[in-house]
Amino acid sequence: MKVRLHEVASARAGDKGDVSSIALFCDDAAVFEAVRAQVPPERLTKEFPRLFRGPVRRYEIPHLHVLNYVIERGLEGGVNASLNLDAHGKSFSFLLLELEIDLPAPE
Amino acid sequence: MADPIQPPARSGGRRVRIGCGAGFSNDRIDPARDLAERGALDFLFFECLAERTLANAHALRAADPRAGYDPWLRKRMEAVLRPCREAGTRVISNMGSANPAAAGEAVAEVARALGLQGLKVAVVEGDDVAAHMTPDLELMDGEGRLGDVPLRMTGANAYLGHEPIRQALEEGAEVVITGRCADPSLAVGPLAHAFGWAPDDWARLGAGTLVGHLLECSTQVTGGYYADPGRKDVPGLAFLGFPFAEVAEDGSATIGKLDGTGGLVSRGTVLEQMLYEVHDPAAYLTPDVTADFSQVRLEEPSKDRVSVSGGSGRTRPETLKVTIGFDGGFLSEGEISYAGPNALARAKLAGEVIETRMREVHGHQGPIRTDFIGLASLHGSARDPDAPPPYEPSEVRLRMALRTHERDLAEALPREVEGAWLSGPAGGGGARGRVTPAVTTRSALLPRDLARPTVRMITA
Repeated sequence: MKVRLHEVASARAGDKGDVSSIALFCDDAAVFEAVRAQVPPERLTKEFPRLFRGPVRRYEIPHLHVLNYVIERGLEGGVNASLNLDAHGKSFSFLLLELEIDLPAPE
Repeated sequence: MADPIQPPARSGGRRVRIGCGAGFSNDRIDPARDLAERGALDFLFFECLAERTLANAHALRAADPRAGYDPWLRKRMEAVLRPCREAGTRVISNMGSANPAAAGEAVAEVARALGLQGLKVAVVEGDDVAAHMTPDLELMDGEGRLGDVPLRMTGANAYLGHEPIRQALEEGAEVVITGRCADPSLAVGPLAHAFGWAPDDWARLGAGTLVGHLLECSTQVTGGYYADPGRKDVPGLAFLGFPFAEVAEDGSATIGKLDGTGGLVSRGTVLEQMLYEVHDPAAYLTPDVTADFSQVRLEEPSKDRVSVSGGSGRTRPETLKVTIGFDGGFLSEGEISYAGPNALARAKLAGEVIETRMREVHGHQGPIRTDFIGLASLHGSARDPDAPPPYEPSEVRLRMALRTHERDLAEALPREVEGAWLSGPAGGGGARGRVTPAVTTRSALLPRDLARPTVRMITA
């Protein structure tokens, strides 16, 4: 069953220099496992190559169902240099929530 | 009424109550006053200093030696000093910005005007490390050496830790004003003081850092930066309460907000804030500790209360992070809208005309960004520029932006955008533009002993 992450997770974005960090908070363990398998760090640079230049690191807190994506060169130069209206990338959390994953159909 | 000079009891299992009265310089003031009046707090801290806020403050201080501290300092102190003194709540803030000494004097002036004679205000200095900025200093993030940056340096500040804040409280300060210090240290200082934590008690300093980190963005833990209607609903978003924590001696804590305020404190709001601007959750670096949030447990004992335990830490880093500010020229922006049939095509034509004139008439050589607000702007650079638009917008707002060090060039862009009223495609309306002086920053690491924090007491 294809679902958009927005239906099964939430996200919060932060910035440090040209590094965007986007934490993804999965609704439950099944979603967490599906995201862990289907949204590897490379998927972000593949889906959004012009914006997220990478590399991307990913940290996990399994018992809280959290995956934290840390995107180098992810902010068009950062607050100092970006020409984006959203120079902090606060809205970039919702780029992640657009992605689709496959979830096992409920029994 | 508690004696404001005595630290809270260190034994008997007493929990310390600490609140956050600001998460950035322009934050709301009414919820801070509410916390001061009704919070029964031991400590109230205000985090008001982003990297660029400080770089801007240096420019203000250069123009006026009595300026360069937070522009809202007086208003905030007028709002909270009296209720804080009556409740025995001590205030800690980095609103000293680029000029803690002048900020301390301003706090004392406000106190005298309020009739709070004798109020003890501590000024923490020593974060200014401009004198140690040598051309061969290596910058972080592969930015080369300081001497290679072709910009005018405006200031350099090291992130100080909790120790000078603790010292100021130990010396009886009722208000502590700092310049650059690590945000969570504004909470760790008072907690270490109240509980007598050792400066190498990494587990407790890590737990205290978690408390500071959760509180330091004010409403981001009480329902702000969270609401998503239908998916994550937040009641009373217009009247969000600011947060406080009840902290135990081991650093575990309960996060809450005042009864009758808007927002919510839930497992979700606390968890989202725990990860905010964190990279490796097992290694969050501050001047005080390498904090570890990876084993944290969250529970909801009652409505709008979340208990947080399991925060820990390891040895602190050997170096201090330094933010170096530079004159960054100007950010120049202009916008104009098109509506009705063929709106997008007319907006695109206007954008092409303006870019041509900026390059051929005004000689701009750097990047120019063109957004079509209503079609793609914030996420514009995430999309394929050659893909057909997903829909035909009935209105679209053209936005153009560039950066330059030349004022004439910066001012040309809004003028060219406004020129599209008369000389651009048909039906352009609502032209606006602005030129913003910009700062830029770089980071470096400095040996810890090069920053020598000092604490000086002023009596109102």
